[in-house]
Order: sequence, then C-alpha cells, then structure tokens
Amino acid sequence: MALTEELAKKMYTDMWRIRMFEEEANRQLGLGNVVGALHLYCGEEAVAVGVCSNLRDDDYIVGTHRSHGHCLAKGADMEHTMAELFGKADGTCSGKGGSMHVADLSLNILGANGIVAGGLGPGTGTALASKIRKSDQVSVCFFGDGAAARGTFHEAITMGALWNLPVVYVCENNGFQQWVRRETVAVVDSVATMAGSYGIPGVSVDGQNVVEVHEAVSEAVDRARRGEGPSLIEARTYRYFGHSPGDLEEYRTRDEVEDWRTNRDPINTFRAYMEERQWLTEREDEEIQEATSAEVTKAVKFAEDSAVPGIEEALTDVVDTAWRVEA
Amino acid sequence: MSTITFRDALHSAIHEEMARDDSVFVIGEDVIAQGGPYTVTEGVVDKYPDRIFQTPIAEAGIVGLGVGAALAGMRPVVEIMYLDFITCAMDEVVNQAAKMRYMTGGQASVPIVIRLPCGLGRYVAAQHSQIMESWFMHVPGLQVVVPSTPKDAKGLLKTAVRSPDPVMFMEYKRIYTSEGEVPDEEFLIPFGEAEVKREGEDATVIGIGPMVGKSLEAGVLLEDDGFDIEVVDPRTLSPLDTDTICESVRKTGRAVVCEEDSSFAGTGAEIAAMIAESCFKDLQAPVIRVGMPHVPMPFAPSLADSVVPRVDDVVDAVRRVIA
Ligand SMILES: Cc1ncc(C[n+]2csc(CCOP(=O)(O)OP(=O)(O)O)c2C)c(N)n1
Repeated sequence: MALTEELAKKMYTDMWRIRMFEEEANRQLGLGNVVGALHLYCGEEAVAVGVCSNLRDDDYIVGTHRSHGHCLAKGADMEHTMAELFGKADGTCSGKGGSMHVADLSLNILGANGIVAGGLGPGTGTALASKIRKSDQVSVCFFGDGAAARGTFHEAITMGALWNLPVVYVCENNGFQQWVRRETVAVVDSVATMAGSYGIPGVSVDGQNVVEVHEAVSEAVDRARRGEGPSLIEARTYRYFGHSPGDLEEYRTRDEVEDWRTNRDPINTFRAYMEERQWLTEREDEEIQEATSAEVTKAVKFAEDSAVPGIEEALTDVVDTAWRVEA
Repeated sequence: MSTITFRDALHSAIHEEMARDDSVFVIGEDVIAQGGPYTVTEGVVDKYPDRIFQTPIAEAGIVGLGVGAALAGMRPVVEIMYLDFITCAMDEVVNQAAKMRYMTGGQASVPIVIRLPCGLGRYVAAQHSQIMESWFMHVPGLQVVVPSTPKDAKGLLKTAVRSPDPVMFMEYKRIYTSEGEVPDEEFLIPFGEAEVKREGEDATVIGIGPMVGKSLEAGVLLEDDGFDIEVVDPRTLSPLDTDTICESVRKTGRAVVCEEDSSFAGTGAEIAAMIAESCFKDLQAPVIRVGMPHVPMPFAPSLADSVVPRVDDVVDAVRRVIA
C-alpha cells in the first residue's frame, strides 16, 4: 500500500496510540487496576503499525503474548481493550482473556497468545482457509525471535510454504527472550536467514523505521494476495520496558535502554521523516498527541466504569451449550 | 438398513458431510495415499481435490493449522495417524483449540474434529497402542466421542463435523472391520446421549468403545449363571450422559465400568465416582472397574493380550459385583 500523507498521519497517530496506551496500562498496573502479566510494546510500535497499515479489515492477524499494539494497529477499540486488561465485563473478551488473550474476532484479530509460537499454526491455518475459499485475504503471524526456536515455527512455515499460502510471517526481533539475550541462546543472528530453509523470501528490516517496515510488508502482502505464497520479515527492534512485571532487567544496562530511547525511537524517527516531507506541522503533532491522550483517558474511564463480570460468567463459554442436533 | 463395517461407516460419514458442506476439509498424513492407514479418507481426493491436504509429518502444525482454519470458518477433519502422536500436538489441542471460545469470551468457535485411531491393533507396542480418553476428558472445552458400532460411528462423526466446538473422535483400531446395521437414510446422533445396548435387571455394565461388544458377549455367557445384565454405552464421554447411567444403576443396584485403557485415574474412575456420588444409596455393592493394568502396552502378543481386558474379565467382574 503506497505511503501517502494521509496514511502516514494515520500511522503516526497509531504509533502514539500504542505508546500512550501501553504507558497508561503500566501506570494502571502500578495502581492495581491491571493485574497479572503485562508485556508492554513500547519501543516496538513501528512494527505493528508498519505491518497493519498494509492490511484490509478482513485480513487476519494472530499475535503473541505482547499484542496490545497489534490489536490497536489492526483497529481494535481502545476502550474495550483497556477494559479487558482491567478484567471487566466490557472487555473485548468479557474479561475472560486479559492481556495475553486480547482478541476481536469481528476485525479478524484472532488474538494474543500466551504460548510462545502458539499462533504460528493457527495463523497459517487462517491462510489455508482463504486458499480453500479462494478469497484474497492475507494472514499475518506476529512472533518474537524466541518463537523461532520452537518446533511449531518450523512445522507451520513448512506447510505455509508447501501450499503457497497467503501468509506473512513477521518476526519481532527485540534481541531478548524474556530475561536472556538472544545471542546467548540462538545459533543464528538473523531470523530472516531461516526463511531459506523453507524456500521463501526472508528480509531483515530496521524495526524502528516504520517506513522501512511498511514497504517490506507491502511487498510481502501483495505477493501473498497474488497467490505467490508466504514471506518472512524480521524487524529488528527493542523493548523499552522489562519483559513483564517482576523483570529485574539484569541482562541489560540502563545506558543501553537510554541509547535506544534517545537515538532510535520509532516515533521520533517517523516524525523527522514526516517533517522533512512537510507532512506534519508542530501544531498537528500537538493535536495528535492531545487527542490520543484524551482517547486514553476516556478508555481508562470506560474501563473503570465497566462492571466486573458476574461470577456466573466463569461457567459460560466453555462450549456452545445452545447447540443441538436432532436424532 | 445395510450391514457395513465401522470403517465404511466413517468413510461414508466423511463423504456425506463433504458433499453437504463446502467448508468441510480433510487434513493429515497419508490421507491421499491409501486414504490413510485405515483407508477412511479413500476417494476423497477424487471428488474434492481442493479439500484434502496431505501433510508433512508435523502433528503440531497439522492441528495448529486446523485450529486456525476452524477459527476462519472452515470445518477441518484432522486425521492423526495413531492417537499416540497427538502428544506432539498437545499445545494445539489443550491450549489453543479447547480454550479459544472461553478466552475470547465466546467470540471464537473452533469446529475441529480430530480423528484418533487408538488402542491395541496389530502388535505395535507402547507408542502405537494408547487410548488417553481420560486426558482429553479432563480438559474443559473438548468433547470426547467414542463410538462402538458402525451405526454410532457414522451418526456421531456426522454430528462431530457439525459441532461448533472441538471433538476428539476415538476410533479403536480393532473394531474398524466389525460389522453392523446402519440406516440408509441420513441420521445424526446427539452428543451426551448414552444408549442402553442391552436391557437387564441384575447389574449395569458401562462399556467404553470395544468394551461394549465384549460386555454384550459377557451378557450372553452370564445368562448361564442366571444373571441378566444391562449394558450402557455412553457414546460420548464429554459430555457424559449421567442421567442414563444413573437410571440404570438405580434399577439394578450394581455397576461395573469397563474400559480398555488403564483404570488408574481413568475414564472408569470418573464414572465410578459419579455413580458413588449420585447413586450411593441405590448401590448394593461397591462399583467395580475393569481396565488395563497401569503399564505401557507390551509388545509380545502373549503379554499384550494378557493386559487388554477380555470378555472373561467382564464376566468375572459381574459375578463379583453380584456375589
Ligand atoms: C511455550 C512457552 N514457553 C515459555 C513461555 C514463557 N515466556 C513467555 S514470553 C517468553 C519470551 C519470548 O521471547 P520472544 O518470542 O522473543 O518474544 P518477546 O518477549 O521478546 O517479545 C517466554 C520464555 C511461554 N509463554 N510459552
């Protein structure tokens, strides 16, 4: 999808929406309104936005444990997403999923996934469905570099490639797998090189540069839509927060984090790009940030005001109990 | 009515459902070559070449793709060559398929059928003879279906394909060639409805899968003792038709639960506990379980045959429960 001024403004806004949503979610965790695991996406915004800016509403995405950004970039509503993190009845999943299972099936957001590499098979399966139905929908599987170590990565991509399925595998290589650095547990530096094992294109891009991500994914999505099969795109990125609550961050220095925040921030990088093209005035920038901040405040209010689910809800949605066949 | 084999019943169920609904497709290892080891998907490729996928040997991938296709509105019928290999895809079964509806607050439906040839067949030892029904029963969100006759096999598989939730479909290898009467017209068998396969007054024998046939044979032998047993076939273990089982136990006052799998922490344990909780005052003797000892399946035919419950074991158990 061509990067127009209009699309760029939307992408810039979406990056701020993710940034502010995540910072607020973290604050709410501190306040005790959000409990449990919370894997924040700050620093990686250019990946979700660079990818989803190429997708139609009816395209599929599957995510990871770190998926609030994927959902927002694909169009999920901030209020219901925040309410889900709060475990409230108005959450996208009625409070039954939480941070690791945010999903909005009406937007073909099949959801975050608490199992590392758990989404690769199902994501590839949605592409199989599109092939059988002869639709031109495309599926995107987001996964971390840690997922590339799991067998399901190999099994899913093998079948995606074997049947030329319309799927784009997007690796978010942030250099960490929970509390360890990638280089201490991985044998190849770049996940993109692994594409060669499946005979599909593999490219590595700067994941802090949303334009680069957008362009690489644009090509991969077009290729998939034309029926020419999968691609693997590795976006080199960085996460600003610890892995999740309780991370002592002994595997990195404060200086390293500061360096990425100051010199390689995806929002700053994109702002400079837009200003260069005169696509963004200072005034517009302020307006975008103010509007986004208001959207987040509204989402928190919505989540606070939403009811806790009735305890009877714990017992529903296991299977569809209304379904019957006649003998 | 026509007399056909259990395998033919499954074969025709798949062909009928694929003809009825374009969203049904088959995926698995060797499902085109020979129609799988038990030829159940034979001929599908000729009629529906775009709806059958012969996969590499990648069980986690196969079930994972099935889950995704189901989320996208398709109805995959997955064949796992031998049930034992489902352990390679337990994440996809337990964490993905079974939990999607719940975790998404009811948004997602995963209408996947996983066909599982199971139990002792030829003598192929410990990694090709397992049953594991109770593993699946323990997972909320999975339906566990165990046909014992060609008629049940056909009616239950057709229902499984139409179900909006995941189905673990148990196919005991030793009964693929068994024969039985199957209606010629279209029919479905609802889940959660046990069938009383023989009526009797003196004891209730609950049989799972091939133990239904063995219990019926035991019933004939026990007539010589003057004992008239009732044989109940749950047909689906999850959901479990506790009403029919309890009604029978209340009538006879005695219960024997028979399975081919290990009794320890097994299907029979659940059913026995349920009977004890619901019908304690109607029982005239403790519930007896018949099952395999808690060992892996041995290879040597002499050993394998010694551990899988036989007709004699049912006869024995009934005599003990009545004595
Ligand atoms: C199968 C499985 N193993 C372990 C975990 C625990 N865990 C959650 S996230 C994570 C690290 C994942 O690293 P990566 O895939 O690179 O993603 P990132 O967190 O860097 O975004 C681990 C070990 C899990 N959720 N699932």
